[in-house]
Amino acid sequence: MGAKGEYYPSKLIGKVLKIFCISNFVFDMVSFHRLLVVYPWTQRFFDSFGNLSSPSAILGNPKVKAHGKKVLTSFGDAIKNMDNLKITFAKLSELHCDKLHVDPENFKLLGNVMVIILATHFGKEFTPEVQAAWQKLVSAVAIALAHKYH
Amino acid sequence: MALSAEDRALVRALWKKLGSNVGVYATEALERTFLAFPATKTYFSHLDLSPGSAQVRAHGQKVADALSLAVERLDDLPRALSALSHLHACQLRVDPANFPLLGHCLLVTLARHYPGDFSPALQASLDKFLSHVISALASEYR
Repeated sequence: MGAKGEYYPSKLIGKVLKIFCISNFVFDMVSFHRLLVVYPWTQRFFDSFGNLSSPSAILGNPKVKAHGKKVLTSFGDAIKNMDNLKITFAKLSELHCDKLHVDPENFKLLGNVMVIILATHFGKEFTPEVQAAWQKLVSAVAIALAHKYH
Repeated sequence: MALSAEDRALVRALWKKLGSNVGVYATEALERTFLAFPATKTYFSHLDLSPGSAQVRAHGQKVADALSLAVERLDDLPRALSALSHLHACQLRVDPANFPLLGHCLLVTLARHYPGDFSPALQASLDKFLSHVISALASEYR
């Protein structure tokens, strides 16, 4: 079932898109860094990233920033393809399963971190209704990313 | 892993800042939970869940009081929350999978109202604190 049609009232879609366009600098720098700090076990996938020994080391790490950009780009694809998430993320799903061996639980963790960051930046605008739309989106992205796991 | 001295200090400092607003924020967290995770409403069919509901506010205050008790008794959470755990397990019979959903919405609420304070370090400490609360709440289930 397409995420956009039945699950998201169109007004909230508009708000989600507006928030995303304004906020992509937020995601770029902050959400991935925050994931690694708040849930330190997620660092297990990034042994090759170098120094992750402290929050400031993580914040200053260029590989963390670069990976944050990749994640942001993928999320942009999600926003453009809300009706087709499983197809959009099919190859990425296979990659995360077969090559990267990432537990899909981590996708949920990152989704929730993104929601919290949005709350810090958008305050009053991040109403319960807007949050609910974002929770659906991050959950749908997590499901799509896990879809090709076997 | 037990809460570190730094975790405790951060959580206590934030709670002091929340002052008498804990009930307001717990109520908002409940409202967010019902909207973001509609299945959680199944436990509240006896309440009026419409926006601004006095019954939801009253329940929010109960949640707030329990969390404030937890903040006071960080050294002894399982015992402090034992009666509440028993209640949720045996009378209310709430699936413990729901506790992290309210925990998350509480973090979102606090992030929305205290953005300047909501550093990664504070978020980590609060998240750990809520995990401990959730464990204590689930401890009497079986």
